[in-house]
Amino acid sequence: MSALIAAAKAEGTLNVIALPPTWANYGTIISTFEKKYGIKINSALPDGSSEQEVDAIKSENGSPKAPDVVDVGLAVAAASTSLFAPYEVSTWSSIPAAQKDPSGLWYEDYGGYMAVGYSSKFGTITSLNQLLGPQFKNDVALNGNPTSANAALNGVMMASLANGGSVSNIGPGVNFFAKLKKAGNFSPIQATGASIKAGTTPVVFDWDYLNLASYVGVSNWKVFIPQNAVLGGFYAQAINKNAPHPAAARLWEEFLYSQAADGGQNLWLEGGARPVEQQAMTSNGTINTAAASKLPAVTGTPVFLSPAQSTTAATYLATNWAKAVS
Amino acid sequence: MRAGRRLSIPNWIGTVPFFGYVAVFLLWPTGIVVYDAFKNPAGNFTLSGLTALGNSQVRGYFIGSFKLSLISAVIGAAFGAILAYAIAAGNPDGMIRRLYLSVSGVLAQFGGVTLAFAFLVLIGPVGLLFHAGWYFNFPWGITLIYAYFQIPLMVLVFLPAIDGLRVQWREASESLGSSTWQYWRYVGGPLLMPAFLGALLLLFANALSAYATIQAWEDQVPYTVPQQIYNSMSSEVGLANINYADVLALGMVVLVAIVMTGYALLGRRAARWLR
Repeated sequence: MSALIAAAKAEGTLNVIALPPTWANYGTIISTFEKKYGIKINSALPDGSSEQEVDAIKSENGSPKAPDVVDVGLAVAAASTSLFAPYEVSTWSSIPAAQKDPSGLWYEDYGGYMAVGYSSKFGTITSLNQLLGPQFKNDVALNGNPTSANAALNGVMMASLANGGSVSNIGPGVNFFAKLKKAGNFSPIQATGASIKAGTTPVVFDWDYLNLASYVGVSNWKVFIPQNAVLGGFYAQAINKNAPHPAAARLWEEFLYSQAADGGQNLWLEGGARPVEQQAMTSNGTINTAAASKLPAVTGTPVFLSPAQSTTAATYLATNWAKAVS
Repeated sequence: MRAGRRLSIPNWIGTVPFFGYVAVFLLWPTGIVVYDAFKNPAGNFTLSGLTALGNSQVRGYFIGSFKLSLISAVIGAAFGAILAYAIAAGNPDGMIRRLYLSVSGVLAQFGGVTLAFAFLVLIGPVGLLFHAGWYFNFPWGITLIYAYFQIPLMVLVFLPAIDGLRVQWREASESLGSSTWQYWRYVGGPLLMPAFLGALLLLFANALSAYATIQAWEDQVPYTVPQQIYNSMSSEVGLANINYADVLALGMVVLVAIVMTGYALLGRRAARWLR
């Protein structure tokens, strides 16, 4: 480990991509790493998507500006393994087997459950069917287009789970949004911090760590996760095979998976995201219990989409989504 | 003193930097797009991308793009021409003209997320002015937003043509007994038609390629080709297909080529009397 730190410090720089500072506490994670090791982090394209991250690896191959590490959705990670170098962090055994690639090419990092965030002016919402009521005219929005954005696809899938669908069948979710559209309650704008603050999208389907009042920037914001429709989604870390700074990249991964009080796992937890080592850290007492207790309550067993199920859902949406909401 | 031979540099040397720039930033990327349109994601040559152009969803994107571009270009050209005429009729050194020209120069470039957000906040679902029920209607809702930069662009491009209409021609026409309608039908109209058509084409191409504004206006239904190109390029749920995006882009190139041919034919007819 000390050899790795020395080699990383000799490299002096780390290139990261698509890490918005307010997303899962990345701003603090980046500055903590920089201060701890004296390595400068170049953060490119903070609002990029997972696909843009792997595209950058391909198009910038050989350049000193190429991304060293990526944080991508599972579908993109599984499809891009030829770009990654295998690496097993020192806490590898704390990552559940189902949440990492056996050859070490990608490993899940943090995630959350799909939730509905809403302005407290609506009182308390406990079920999705309430969103069909007349007081929600033009109010309900997704975080992007589900044929394009992972968060939006999982939003529709969560609606499907809450309406009798399953992880292999996103149809009931599409039907729910069609009903929303017919009731005049569906808003076709992408929900962003700006639209929420402006009051244009007071009801948003998004990951629970992106529906925190602190992230959204609105003080009267509440969150609920529908009963028995607990859809989890994790992102994955990977190291670029041709990373310009290989030692710094591996040190970054060690930092992110460290179970220290100021390590990546607890910092993500403070950002409202559920770190992948949460179970192991709760058992060995390294988890930040105060932060863990602030996560929204869930009733029901969490389910996760496999890459194959995600692709099946996406294919269904490609033919049926635009029709349903236009 | 011996007379030396003068080094003769051909006149076209001066255009080389410009054509070099065009070649690198326009022709080369277009070439890449066309080349990749005939490949599939595995890298093999295929024509299946072209057959995708035939399916009804893709037809919908192109019809949407064409409809929006045509309607916003016609509205921009009509209102812009009238506004340009009003400006030209005024004092050439006056405040009004200078003011309108500066404002048009700025507004012709105002677009994208900021423009869409401005309209959203004014007449959107929680609008400060009022809530326009038709705000999310395609094409009229987005046409209103496009008109905001199409009309100033028309003013900028068409004003010099109107300035070229000599007042002596109007006087000559009236002294020969023509009415206002006859002047425009036989003198002013034909004189301005080539420039008007050129400006109309410019507005059409401007609206066709506009992406940021419509994507910020709404992003759930891909009404236009650029929106679907974005979905195909940056989908993180496994639907990303760069070759499909290239095929759509190739379709847009073909569409513009067809429109420009139509413009060339129409323009020749309109400038008939000049030959």
